[in-house]
Amino acid sequence: MRFSLLSLARNALSGNKRWPAQWRAPEPKAEYDAIIVGGGGHGLGTAYYLAREHGLRNVAVVEKGWLGGGNTGRNTTIIRSNYLWEESEAIYELSVKLWETLSDELNYNVMYSPRGVMMLAHTVHDIQVFKRHVHANRLAGIDNEWLSAEEAQAFCPPLNISPTLRYPVLGAALQRRGGTARHDAVAWGYARGASALGVDIIENCEVTAIRRSASGAVEAVETTRGVIKTKKVGVVAAGHTSVLMGMAGVRMPLESYPLQALVSEPIKPVMPCVVMSNTVHAYISQSDKGELVIGAGTDAYTSYSQTGGLHVSAHTLDAICDLFPTFRRLRMLRNWGGIVDVTPDRSPIIGLTPVPGLFVNCGWGTGGFKATPGSAYVFAATVARGVPHPIAAPFALERFTTGRLIDEAAAAAVAH
Amino acid sequence: MLQIHCPYCRTERPESEFRYGGEAHISRPVEPAAVSDAEWADFLYMRSNPKGIHAERWRHIHGCGRFFNSVRHTVSDRILATYKPDEPRPDPKALSRGDR
Repeated sequence: MRFSLLSLARNALSGNKRWPAQWRAPEPKAEYDAIIVGGGGHGLGTAYYLAREHGLRNVAVVEKGWLGGGNTGRNTTIIRSNYLWEESEAIYELSVKLWETLSDELNYNVMYSPRGVMMLAHTVHDIQVFKRHVHANRLAGIDNEWLSAEEAQAFCPPLNISPTLRYPVLGAALQRRGGTARHDAVAWGYARGASALGVDIIENCEVTAIRRSASGAVEAVETTRGVIKTKKVGVVAAGHTSVLMGMAGVRMPLESYPLQALVSEPIKPVMPCVVMSNTVHAYISQSDKGELVIGAGTDAYTSYSQTGGLHVSAHTLDAICDLFPTFRRLRMLRNWGGIVDVTPDRSPIIGLTPVPGLFVNCGWGTGGFKATPGSAYVFAATVARGVPHPIAAPFALERFTTGRLIDEAAAAAVAH
Repeated sequence: MLQIHCPYCRTERPESEFRYGGEAHISRPVEPAAVSDAEWADFLYMRSNPKGIHAERWRHIHGCGRFFNSVRHTVSDRILATYKPDEPRPDPKALSRGDR
């Protein structure tokens, strides 16, 4: 079914009780042309583009829990493309372009809201780095502009630019096309689109082993719902990538850390944009429900605990209270952690692996949500053709052997 | 916040006194020029990143300043043992909460 004004009106009149399921829940078949491991935004998007762009429809997405229950449902939904290096600009800008038309394409409202992402500078070094980014982005045709502290406050009125702050706001870089989207809707929209094209989406199905033939190539995955044969496996498992790749005997340059976020009680609209600060470590925006969505940092040590230490989120709240004194009396409703897979150069890994038929898309670290459409698009092309998509090629696993790293440590907003 | 037992100070202190030092027992190739690019990449970048028992380095940065190793479970975050760098890695099967 397609959503339209007519369908909305009809279902409103029947009390919204007759909406059909938006994707099928099939039993796994004995064999697929390709299996995507991981039912988050990146994995579901990959399956969608495999079917839509490459005609590969005998595809399954296997997910150990529920769709979007990992980092897709745990992040702070920030979208931007103002990265430093050309390789990164290419993939993040492809993503922003896809975000702009995604709701139309999927006939599903992902609530993409280009409300502007403002990154605060607090030191002379911040100013130099951000201005370098602004210039690099503008050379690449990507919008990013420098604001004085007063201009930053005009764009975001609750911001405190008092010079007496411990880390005063000295200016900001603003990407107006940056913003947010609704995380669940991204997973559900891609799932619905993929399912309609014939992709089987199999939840509660954990991969327990990856079988390889005598020649070394992938031949099947063992799951909690039985053995499924396939010649192509795409691992899109975020924090659990090292565990899955270990099943095929591949060591990865990844470490998994809990990254925390929290939301406040809902209030009337007060934050017109997204504000991020690398130096004092705070990310904040407001959801359409009215909750302030706050991103905190990672724990110091590797962990799969999906919680994280309280002192990490308390540190971010200290910074929020300084930057936005009006928020000091707000109560926090929930906090949680997601397990992010971090690479040594803070850039993702997309492409082939030493095992024939095994592909990987991982290493998005603390900032993968923004890349969901572009990542899925280029990974689908890579899996379908067996050769890297040109935008994915620089992000190959081999870069850690050749030394051609894409060092985005300065561009990622988390202070690593 | 973790409570970490420093094997030099012989006392349990909060995590904020320590700095994490990454996976333990990774040794630098004795002759870097003699190893292949793949072996060098393995030393520099590849990590076991297990979901389970993990041997890792910590430094008591706001205490004695010394490096030591710990064995921690990465799902429960429970530290099963801490030991000096010149001591052998404890057998994971023999470890329990009260062993240190």
